[in-house]
Amino acid sequence: MLMLEPRPAPSRVMTLASPLIALLLTALVAALLLAALGKDPLEGLRVIFAEPLSNRRQVSEVLLKATPLIVIALGLAVCYRANVWNIGAEGQFLLGCVGGGGVALWLTTQGIVLPKVLGLPLVLAAGMLGGMLWAGAVALLRDRYNANEILVSLMLVYVAQQSVNALVFGPWKDPQGFNMPQSAMFHASLHLPPLLERTRLHVGFVAALVLAAAVALFLFRSFRGFQLQVGGLAPAAARYAGFSSRSALWTSLLLSGALAGLAGAMEVAGPIRQVTPYLSTGLGFTAIIVCFVGRLHPLGIVVAGVLLSLMLIGGELAQSRLGLPNAMASVLQGLLLLILLACDTFIDQRLRWRRATGRAA
Amino acid sequence: MYRLELIGIGKQYPAVKANDGVHLRVRPGEIHAVLGENGAGKSTLMKIIYGAVRPDEGEIRWNGRPVRIASPAAARRLGIGMVYQHFSLFDTLSAAENVWLGLDGSLALDAVTQRIRDVAHTYGLDVDPLRPVHSLSVGERQRVEIVRALLTDPQLLILDEPTSVLTPQAVDKLFVTLRRLADQGTSILYISHKLDEIRALCHHCTVLRGGKVTGEVDPTRESNASLSRMMIGTEPPALQRRAQEAGPVVLAVDGLNLARQDPFGVDLHDIRLEVRAGEILGVAGVSGNGQQELLAALSGEDRRASPAAIRLSGRPIGDRAPRLRRRLGLHSVPEERLGRGAVPTMSLAQNTLLTRTESVGRGGWLRVASVRALARRLIERFQVKAAGPDAAAASLSGGNLQKFIVGRAIDAKPACLVVAQPTWGVDVGAAALIRGELLALRDAGCAILVVSEELDELFEISDRLVVVARGRLSPTVPAAEATVERIGSWMSGLWSTPAGAEA
Repeated sequence: MLMLEPRPAPSRVMTLASPLIALLLTALVAALLLAALGKDPLEGLRVIFAEPLSNRRQVSEVLLKATPLIVIALGLAVCYRANVWNIGAEGQFLLGCVGGGGVALWLTTQGIVLPKVLGLPLVLAAGMLGGMLWAGAVALLRDRYNANEILVSLMLVYVAQQSVNALVFGPWKDPQGFNMPQSAMFHASLHLPPLLERTRLHVGFVAALVLAAAVALFLFRSFRGFQLQVGGLAPAAARYAGFSSRSALWTSLLLSGALAGLAGAMEVAGPIRQVTPYLSTGLGFTAIIVCFVGRLHPLGIVVAGVLLSLMLIGGELAQSRLGLPNAMASVLQGLLLLILLACDTFIDQRLRWRRATGRAA
Repeated sequence: MYRLELIGIGKQYPAVKANDGVHLRVRPGEIHAVLGENGAGKSTLMKIIYGAVRPDEGEIRWNGRPVRIASPAAARRLGIGMVYQHFSLFDTLSAAENVWLGLDGSLALDAVTQRIRDVAHTYGLDVDPLRPVHSLSVGERQRVEIVRALLTDPQLLILDEPTSVLTPQAVDKLFVTLRRLADQGTSILYISHKLDEIRALCHHCTVLRGGKVTGEVDPTRESNASLSRMMIGTEPPALQRRAQEAGPVVLAVDGLNLARQDPFGVDLHDIRLEVRAGEILGVAGVSGNGQQELLAALSGEDRRASPAAIRLSGRPIGDRAPRLRRRLGLHSVPEERLGRGAVPTMSLAQNTLLTRTESVGRGGWLRVASVRALARRLIERFQVKAAGPDAAAASLSGGNLQKFIVGRAIDAKPACLVVAQPTWGVDVGAAALIRGELLALRDAGCAILVVSEELDELFEISDRLVVVARGRLSPTVPAAEATVERIGSWMSGLWSTPAGAEA
């Protein structure tokens, strides 16, 4: 009989190997799924996992999509380490789009052309403020009324999406847009500078890497970051030490709101360049997976962000090349997270084979 | 024939050989002590008997027949019951529901409730089966565990450190129950490191040290000294108490009233006490009588007190945050080590930051080298057995973690130290070290308040004693004039009438 037995200490090997094993198993299950759908599994896996890395343009698209995932997930990692379950990064991201997009649109329609070093920071700051506003609402409700932050943050996602719709179907609709529900394109001075010639990849990716380093510093080198994590790991120890749980709640939510908002502003100022109802394709939710696959660690999040982005793009490619259903990408994401959580069991436990059950007496 | 016979039991853990060639024989109706320090392998051995851990080598015989005990359920089927030191009860369920969960389901809840009442009555165990477990004191929870074990009519009952949470009177009551059980033929394995209890209760004693049996004796014919030699190799040095005149009042609590926060907590009524520089005030009492609430008010975890109700060197601090109190010189050591005194998954170095902020540099950045240096200093000064400053708190044994946590507070050179259960579940060597350090701190002029449920300890280190019962504080007596009987009766809340009339 197979038995799970607690390990005396968490296994270091498994901590590192678990994501890799999870990835392999995910690929294996994906192959089985592909076979069940009547496709060549090897060809399918190649399209999903290798095709997005096949040339410069594809790679740049992977990194482009990874950028908001990484930036959002960095903020979420701070929240989750503080035991604050912010599930609504999607909404905070959308408010970032609204904030950043709103400022960009206003500057554009007013015909104000600011130098790039002034206009862009303004747009990004407005995006961060938007995200903080949305996350701050969650913090306020939890702090004042002890509302469950999981539910509140999640429900605010839908409010955010409807707010975007209201704006682009209403006041922000481009007068020259043939009545399409989208805003005017932003002025060129408000576009994020490209990182690679002839690709859509912008400097935001570099910003994401810098932010990862900054969040790592905050978490592992600052007293504030330390306090947050104590509150998450052992609330009683935080009370004993005198670390305020309210301050941890506000700090972590505002920080993650700011980062999700920044990601939103970078999306509208980067590849999208206008406000539309289709700003996010669930990036805020995918970022949760990125966060956990990356072990709530900034470095891991960068790697996981690129990986999940690869799978998203691979899923899209599989759809167009192989005629697979577009649910394939979400299925893969879900599989990866589930399998990873299952693999993580073996960090603290090990499998032991026991001979006979040993019928007593 | 023996009820239970262990032959050459061995268990290897990755880091340590927890049991090595252990022989143990228990007769029917025998109360058999297993004596040893923390980490001597007692718990592993009991878990092997109870089927929670499998031995690597050796044989177990039950009533003369070799058996393999695969699980606690199998152990229960054999007729082995166990009462763990750390209770395994669900807080949100009632006592009866908890007991019912552990049974095979053949009885309805009502029937179980009735049986609990019967068993509780038969053995003089005071348990209300309908109360939710979170509302029970530690002593009451233990009684629930004992009743649960007794409900299956065990032939062998294992008790792991059962008296650590009981008043002297409750211990006597427990012993009566255990003797009654033994008279009816139940064998009892009694795990403890308290020598007096073992000598008073047990017929036979197996001493473990470092996983091996170092003695098999009749405890009634041994002295504390000879038992402790077998247990730890040497005797702990006797504590040196220096007579000294107490200095000015450092900590003053005056008219502290606090309504309970937890619906099952205790209201504090008009608490008054003073702790002077260079003295130790011992607070005795059965757990769940307001100790938690008092400690929270003193440490600053509960800040509802009026400012003037608690004064530190004359300064009102009743509403001040823990960090501010520490800055003013008031440090505290909580009862729970893991999860409160230390974050289990964090390193010792990181754990210093809970109360010691001298390594926080300008702008709130941590000076990592200095944090680690502090942890290394604590490890050295207080003889903490740990892999180093990066060892996770959870990887330390209870005694070593306690040395670290108490050391963290002592090393801060506090003007006033509030300590809860300084040596709870700590081995003899570590306990002696911690008590010695507390006395040294007292000699250095610190005002110390010790809350403990171990009377021996309080008598050993305190200058004055006070008892907390049902949220009220008894009068204070100099330790030299206090007797166990008097303090014991005060622990039941009986001090308004002359103590002599109660006895």
